[in-house]
Amino acid sequence: MRVSIDAERCQGHGRCFSLAPSLFEFDDLGSGVVLGDGTLSDETLELARLAQANCPEHAVLIEE
Amino acid sequence: MTIKPPVDDFATDWDHTDPQWVNDPYPIWEDLRDRCPVAHTDRYGGGWFPSTHEGVSAIANDTDHFTSRTVIVNNGRPGEEALPAPIGVAPPITSDPPFHQIARRLILPAFSPGAINPLEPQIRALCVNLLDRLGDSTLVNGSSDYAQNIPPAVIRQMLGFPEADEEIFREIIHMVAETVDLAVDERELAFEPIIEYFTVQIEDHRATPRDDLTSYLLDVELGGEKLSVEHVFGTMILLLIAGIDTTWSALSASLLHLATHPDDLARLVNEPDLMPVAVEEFLRFYAPVTMARLVKQDIDYLGCPMKEDDWILLGFPAANRDPAAFQDAEKFIIDRRENRHLAFGLGIHRCLGSNLARLEMRVALEEFIRRYPRFELADPGAVTWAAGQFRGPRNLPFRILA
Repeated sequence: MRVSIDAERCQGHGRCFSLAPSLFEFDDLGSGVVLGDGTLSDETLELARLAQANCPEHAVLIEE
Repeated sequence: MTIKPPVDDFATDWDHTDPQWVNDPYPIWEDLRDRCPVAHTDRYGGGWFPSTHEGVSAIANDTDHFTSRTVIVNNGRPGEEALPAPIGVAPPITSDPPFHQIARRLILPAFSPGAINPLEPQIRALCVNLLDRLGDSTLVNGSSDYAQNIPPAVIRQMLGFPEADEEIFREIIHMVAETVDLAVDERELAFEPIIEYFTVQIEDHRATPRDDLTSYLLDVELGGEKLSVEHVFGTMILLLIAGIDTTWSALSASLLHLATHPDDLARLVNEPDLMPVAVEEFLRFYAPVTMARLVKQDIDYLGCPMKEDDWILLGFPAANRDPAAFQDAEKFIIDRRENRHLAFGLGIHRCLGSNLARLEMRVALEEFIRRYPRFELADPGAVTWAAGQFRGPRNLPFRILA
C-alpha cells in the first residue's frame, strides 16, 4: 500500500500535512509532499485515508 | 449608494447585497440548489450564481472559459479599468494562466507554512494584549473589541507599515469591498487615497529596505527584472483586501457561534486539542468569501446561455452546505472528521493566505475562550452582517459570564 500526491492537483490547502504530519510535509511553496516513499502500514493507512478525505482537490492518492 | 428594488425571486434576480441575502443567505441557497442551481440576474450588467458544489467546482477549475480579471462584482467591467489582463489590478488573484502561476509563485514562499508558522508567538501576544485591554469588563464586543483588530495588525506587521495606520486599512477595505454600487469613475476616485498611501510606504521602503513583505516585493525579480510598480501596488492591495475583512469575518462568525452554542463552547474549553478540527468546521459552515469570475465569451455552460462579460459569483459558502457533497451539510458538527470544504476556494486561485488565516483563527479563538470560558450574546437583535463578498457579523455584544 502506498500514498502519493498528485502534484498537478495539489493547490497547497495544507490539509494533508496538518492532519497527518507523520506521512506528509510541505515544500517551499506550501504544497504537500509525501515523506519517504509513501509505503503504508495498516496503521498509517487510516491516517492516509483521513488526509484523503479532507483534501478539497482530491490530490491525495492511495494504492491499496 | 443608489437604492435598489428588493429581490422578489433570487433564481432570476439574485443580488448578494440584498438585505435578505446579507442577513441569512442559507435558506435562499438551499432553495436555489433545489430549484435553480445556477441562478441568474440582470443586475450588475448580468450574472450567474452557482449554488451547488458541482457547479462551483466546475467553474472554479475552468480557467479556459472564465477569467479572473475582476473578482469583485460591480457595475463596471475590467475593460474600463486601468490595468489590462493578464496582470489585472491585483495579481495573482486577478490574473489568468499563464501569468497567474508566475505571479503566484513569487509570493507563495512568503505565505507557506514555513514562513507563516513562526508568526504564532506574535499573533498570540497581539490577542492577549487586546484581551488585557478589556480588563474586567463584563460587556465585550467580540467584533470591534477583538476580531476586527487582529488581521489588520498582522498584515500591517507583515507589510512593515506604521502601527498608527490600522484605521486607514479598515477604510480601504470598506471602500473596495462594500461599495459595489459606485459608478466606475467614482470607484477610481475612491482608489486615489490608497495609491497615495502606498506610494509613501513604497518610497520609504526603497530608501530603507528591511525584512518585511514590502521590501520583499520591491526586491523580488521576475524574468531578471524587478516587479513593475503597478504589480507591487496590485499585490499590496490584494493582501489588504484578502487578508483582513475575510479573516475577521470568519473569526467573528466563529465567536458568534460559540456565544450561541454553549455546548460547543464547553467542548472546546474542555478539549483544546479539538480546536484545529473545529476551525475547519467553522470555515465550512460560516465561509465568508464568495469570489467572482467573468465569462470569457458566449457559451452554454451548465445548461445556461452565458454571455461574454457576464459575472459568475462563485458560491463557495453555498457549496459548503450542499448535501450532495457533505453528510448532514446543514448541521454544525464541531468534530467533523471528513471536511473537504471550499472556504478557501478551489483550483489555481486557492486562497494564498489560508495558512495565515487558519493560524489567526486558531490562536485568536484559543486565547478568547481561555480568557472567557463562558460568554453569551447580550443582544441578539444587535448583530449586523456585512454586505458584499466578505460576509461576517460586524457587531457582537457579548456578556461575559462567571
